[in-house]
Amino acid sequence: MTMAKALNEGLRRAMEANPKVLLMGEDIGKLGGVFRVTDGLQKDFGEDRVIDAPLAESAIIGTAVGLAIRGYRPVTEIQFDGFVYPAFDQIVSQVAKLHSRSSGIYEMGMVIRIPFGGGIGAIEHHSESPEGYFAHTAGLRVVSPSTPNDAYWMIQQSITHPDPIIFCEPKCRYWEKGEVDTDNAPRGLFEASRLREGSDVTVITYGPSVRTCLRAAEAAASEGRSVEVIDARSIAPIDYAPMAASLEKTGRLVVVHEASANASVSSEIVARLSEECFYSLRAPGVRVTGYHTPYPPSKVEEEYLPNVDRILDAIDRVMGFES
Amino acid sequence: MIEPQLVQLLTPEGERVYDDVYETSLTAEQIFAMYRDMVIIRRLCNEATSLQRQGQLALWAPLQGQEAAQIGAGRALEPSDFSFPSYREHGIAWCRGIPPELSLRLFRAVDHGGWDPQKYRHSVPTIVIGNQALNAVGYAMGVQRDGASEAVITFFGDGATSQGDVNEAFVWASSFDAPVVFFVQNNQWAISEPTIRQTKIPLYKRAQGFGFPGIRVDGNDVLAVYEVTRKALAHAREGGGPTLIEAFTYRMGAHTTSDDPTRYRVDAEVEAWKHRDPIERVKAYLVRAHKVSAKKFAAVNDEADEMALKLRVDVLAMGKPDPLSIFDHAYASEHPLISEGRRDMEELGVGGAS
Repeated sequence: MTMAKALNEGLRRAMEANPKVLLMGEDIGKLGGVFRVTDGLQKDFGEDRVIDAPLAESAIIGTAVGLAIRGYRPVTEIQFDGFVYPAFDQIVSQVAKLHSRSSGIYEMGMVIRIPFGGGIGAIEHHSESPEGYFAHTAGLRVVSPSTPNDAYWMIQQSITHPDPIIFCEPKCRYWEKGEVDTDNAPRGLFEASRLREGSDVTVITYGPSVRTCLRAAEAAASEGRSVEVIDARSIAPIDYAPMAASLEKTGRLVVVHEASANASVSSEIVARLSEECFYSLRAPGVRVTGYHTPYPPSKVEEEYLPNVDRILDAIDRVMGFES
Repeated sequence: MIEPQLVQLLTPEGERVYDDVYETSLTAEQIFAMYRDMVIIRRLCNEATSLQRQGQLALWAPLQGQEAAQIGAGRALEPSDFSFPSYREHGIAWCRGIPPELSLRLFRAVDHGGWDPQKYRHSVPTIVIGNQALNAVGYAMGVQRDGASEAVITFFGDGATSQGDVNEAFVWASSFDAPVVFFVQNNQWAISEPTIRQTKIPLYKRAQGFGFPGIRVDGNDVLAVYEVTRKALAHAREGGGPTLIEAFTYRMGAHTTSDDPTRYRVDAEVEAWKHRDPIERVKAYLVRAHKVSAKKFAAVNDEADEMALKLRVDVLAMGKPDPLSIFDHAYASEHPLISEGRRDMEELGVGGAS
């Protein structure tokens, strides 16, 4: 099934399992969300549990806070990445801090779903990658599935988790299909996953860039280079152990994401792995990311986004590095 | 100065006046009890200010002048109602049964909260202006879904009414008929900015544009505040939706102990409001209408002094928290960066309260 459908099924299962789970967002009811991720859920669970929100993002999150305090488990949808900023205050000032401010009495378990990333030919504010802002904030956790199976399981795992979770959905992958095993969860929510084994270079990525990196690894293989690809899955916290294990083997690191590199998730991964794997490194870690510009008009997004050529170029650079 | 459409049951001189809609149900004992609350809260506030001046608190946000607004509203709440305060609601906290010293933990900088919000049904303070209005509406939506007969109240100031969050809270509460009361203490000043900078119409009139009732009450008249709030809470519990109450009052003191109001307001204004003191008018009324003895008033003062003394002792006994405690509640479940931070701090030999 598609990732959008997998998310829909995951949400349905979570709502069946716990009557306190509520969905809230703009146009998520009759319309089923602009990406149809909540399609049919209002019909089956009613308007009290699938709430069409007035058009105010800060209020979507601010009321979710109150619902969580009351014992509900809100799952909110921010329609597009670039519209999360009005809610930023509630997310960092209240969602992230109330558990701590109340000395652990308030459980702030909630999920904030954000379709994120580019590559869909959209107009401005519809293609951004804001995950770094949230990864930086103590009190929050940030995850991003890259396959329908992960989407199906990770949304359910996020909903049952006691901490607030920013759930970044790679919108350019919503319509890609994959097998979904509805019986067994693949792994823990915060665990990274090695998607391709290799011995020369470790490529770490997440969300929309996973597929791009797998294609690049395939292309590299045809040039005789053995590339290992790791899907971080969780952006905060980051599961470093399998990344370090891979780097001990390859000695070369490339990190890929759509967000720009400056003070980003990739900065953190490179810094951390440089510290942990210093003596195994055969080249400095290299990042392939969006450029340090506002997200461009989508006619030129192909050049902005990490693509197979840029990833291959980075692989060349770490392979060619002589210490 | 009687503001137009201002609900008032007690004039500044302590005369009982009558309103077309509101009548007081309170007995002399109950009114005296509220007088006692107000005296104690003022004493608490003065003691906290002294403690700050003596370097024992990092900051204090005084409520002097707003005692009637807070005690009237606080006493109108049922035990099952839930309130969402800002950082100046010491009087509400008192009414919710929160021991006074807990209200000072935040200002002693040993805590960001201070009490168990579920136990007292009074949320932890919100310092970011207006955030709590939305949190209250969400909580009220939960009450609604539970089918419970409870009301939610949220407190904020005149400055907060300019915030997007407060206006969004109005929209949401109206759209969902949420059982919430918005209680704005219009104390005329948002630090240095007068209310006229925030609004060109009386604040209570804004409610009309959002589609629910708004009412202005004399915020220095504890009887009127009590009755107006009680009715609005009952309206919410009965499914009638939100109400905006504007308690028209005055911040007699500074915004906080870091503020200097002589830079932006004139003494004459403060003097004029002194004649409308919320405590004096109840006292005058109790003496005149109910012949309450000087002895009874003196006993309240003694009680307030005792409370202040205990407060001082309790505050001075609040030591530095164990630095390792910063890791306790950052997350509700295990997090590698928390484990790592705790380990680092322990390796540095840091730990233990003092």
